[in-house]
Amino acid sequence: MVVVIHLFAVARQLAGTPSVKVEISEPGTVEMLRTAMAEALPALRDALPRLRIAVDSEYVDDSFVVRPGAEVAIIPPVSGGSID
Amino acid sequence: MIEIVETPIDYQAVTETVRTHLAGAVCLFLGTVREMTGNRRTTALDYEAYPVMALKTMNDLAAEARRRWPVLEVAIVHRVGHMDLGEISVVVAVSTPHRGDSFEACRWIMDTFKEIVPIWKKETWADGTEDWVHPGLTLPE
Repeated sequence: MVVVIHLFAVARQLAGTPSVKVEISEPGTVEMLRTAMAEALPALRDALPRLRIAVDSEYVDDSFVVRPGAEVAIIPPVSGGSID
Repeated sequence: MIEIVETPIDYQAVTETVRTHLAGAVCLFLGTVREMTGNRRTTALDYEAYPVMALKTMNDLAAEARRRWPVLEVAIVHRVGHMDLGEISVVVAVSTPHRGDSFEACRWIMDTFKEIVPIWKKETWADGTEDWVHPGLTLPE
């Protein structure tokens, strides 16, 4: 199945595009998405392990199963500032 | 009131939304655009959100704050887009019967916001360079 992945902040900057389409088996895991993304976007490869993934607005781990039509996004580390 | 906006935030109006006769305390937090970070000088900030997930997690924060403290009303408003020094990027207002809980709930909301809500900032530095702020993420030059 084709999965569209939305990219934000530094992920979009590195990839040079706001979204990317990858092909994985159906159903497939988030780990498969990561592998497919690293191939499709080499510029993102080094950062990818430290970028979280959200499916339908929930943070998920790599074992999460992705179904057709799910909204997938790369969520770079969040913080607008520091405690001190 | 849980919102993402693109125009300057009227923090007095936001505060009014949490006021109730049941409250003995209202705690208001403003996040503002700061000029200095260490030795580096900021000239502007740009905030970007993943709107559907940001709103969902902001609502989750409000709900969790209500579970942890006797919160009467809560408002969380974040602004996105380009902002100059001193402008207000985020407003959190909480009302509770007693003041200790209002401080704690407000602080917790803001601290947790910065961990989980998908809203990011990009610094424009005085030397003209721009950086996305992603704590813990070191990128190849």
